Amino acid sequence: MNRPRLMTGARLSFDSVRDEHVLLIPEGAVKLNPTAADVLGLCDGTRSLEQICTELSARYKGADVTDDVNGLLDALAQRGLVNDAATS
Amino acid sequence: MQPLPRPSSLVAELTYQCPLHCPYCSNPLDIGAATYQSQLSTDDWARTFHQAHALGVLQLALTGGEPLLRKDIVELCAAAREASLYSSLITAGTLFTAERAEALKQAGLDHVQISIQSPEPAENDRIAGNRSFDKKLAAAALAKEFDFPLTLNCVLHRQNLDRIEQMLELTLELGAQRLELANTQYTGWAVPNQDALMPTWEQVQRGEAAVQRFRERVGPAVQVLWVLPDYYEELPKPCMGGWGQTTIVVAPNGDALPCQAASTIPGLEFGNVREQSLEWIWAESDAFTRFRGTDWMQEPCASCPIGHQEHDWGGCRCQAMRLTGDPAATDPVCQFSNHHDRVVSARDPAHQSDEFIYRHLKRPVHS
Ligand code: SF4
Ligand code: SF4
Repeated sequence: MNRPRLMTGARLSFDSVRDEHVLLIPEGAVKLNPTAADVLGLCDGTRSLEQICTELSARYKGADVTDDVNGLLDALAQRGLVNDAATS
Repeated sequence: MQPLPRPSSLVAELTYQCPLHCPYCSNPLDIGAATYQSQLSTDDWARTFHQAHALGVLQLALTGGEPLLRKDIVELCAAAREASLYSSLITAGTLFTAERAEALKQAGLDHVQISIQSPEPAENDRIAGNRSFDKKLAAAALAKEFDFPLTLNCVLHRQNLDRIEQMLELTLELGAQRLELANTQYTGWAVPNQDALMPTWEQVQRGEAAVQRFRERVGPAVQVLWVLPDYYEELPKPCMGGWGQTTIVVAPNGDALPCQAASTIPGLEFGNVREQSLEWIWAESDAFTRFRGTDWMQEPCASCPIGHQEHDWGGCRCQAMRLTGDPAATDPVCQFSNHHDRVVSARDPAHQSDEFIYRHLKRPVHS
C-alpha cells in the first residue's frame, strides 16, 4: 500500500449517541477505536504510508506505529474499505 | 425485560408513485388507497431525519416507489446530511439525469443504488412493465461520473435467476462496487405473483455457485450480497434484524412501521410522525412493541430446541400472518413450525405459471 485512501463513498463520522467513531459505508457502519479513526483520518490518497506513520508517531509521543497501521490497513483493504490511490 | 435497542436505520418511503410496475414490488397492494394520498411535507421529513439521528440512526434509505418523483428530493438529501445521516438513494434510475445527479451530489447524497430487473434488456423491460433498461445503464454511468459509490440491485426469481452470470458481468462493466442479489421475499406484490416467481432449487444452487466463482475471481473490489430465498431454508432469517430492533420504516403518509409489510398485520396500531415523536413511536407505539424481544413468543419459539430466540427473533411476523393466520406464530420457514409443510409445498414447481400481475396504483388487488 503506497497512498491509502478510503473507498469511494466511505465517510468517517462520530456517533454521538453511542459515543464511538464509525466509518459509514453504503448500507453499513464499521465501528472504529479512536486510534483507527486517527489513522483513517489521514488516509486521503495524497499522503504516503510513510507520511501517515510519521504524523501518527508524532501524535503518539514518538511511538513506533508502523506495524499497527499496516495491520489495520491490510484488514480494511481485505474488506474493500481501503484501497491504494497509487494503483488506480 | 430486555433493554430498549437503538435503531440504526431509517427507511423513508417518500412516495408510492413509480414509473415501473415490478411484480415483486415490496410496496403494499393498496398503494392506490386514500390513506396514502396525503404525503409528508419537506419539513415533516426533515424533522423525522433529525429525530432519527437523535435515536441513534446512522443510515437513511431514500426509497419509494421512486424517490426521484419527489420534487423536493434535493432538499431532502440536504436535510439528511444536516442530520448527519448517511443517505442512499434507492432508485429505478429512469429519472436520474445529469442535472439531478449534480444537485444531489452537492446536497450531500452519499450513495446511489439502481435496480436492474434483468441484465437482458428485453427481459428487464418485460419484468419492469416499462422500457427502462437503457435509462438504467445511463443512470449507472452518471452515478460513476459524479463519483457516487454505486450499488446495483437485482431481485431474483425463476424468470431471471438463470441470468446471474450476465448480471455479475454487467456489474463489472458498469463499475459498480456493490451488487445486491436478493431472492424475492414474498411480501407486497410478490404474494399474488408467487407462482410466477418461485425458483427451483437447481436454479438457486447454480446461482449460488456463480456468485462464489465471481467472488473468488474479483475479490473485494466488488461486494456481492447474496440472499438465499426463505422458502428453501429450514431456519428463518432474523427478519429486519428482529422486530423493532434495528429499523424504522416511514410510509409516504407518515405511518411508522417496523417493516415494509407490517400493514398486512390486522389490528396493529401505527404511530405517525405527523403526530408523534419518533422516540415515542420507537419506544411505546403498539406497532413497535407488539413483537419486540421474546416475551410474545408461542411454542415452539418459547422453548426453542436450538436456543435461537435472540438469533432469528422467531422469523418474519408478516410471513407467519400470511401462512398461518396468526402473526405471533413461529415463522413457517422454521423446521420446528407445525406449518413448515406450507413452505415445503410452495417449492413444488408443478403449479407454475409465468404470467405476472403488475404493480399498479389504480387496480386494487386482493391476495
Ligand atoms: S420494486 Fe419496481 S415498481 Fe416497486 S418501487 Fe421499485 S422500481 Fe418501482
Ligand atoms: S423455533 Fe422459533 S426461535 Fe427457534 S429456530 Fe424456529 S423460529 Fe427460531
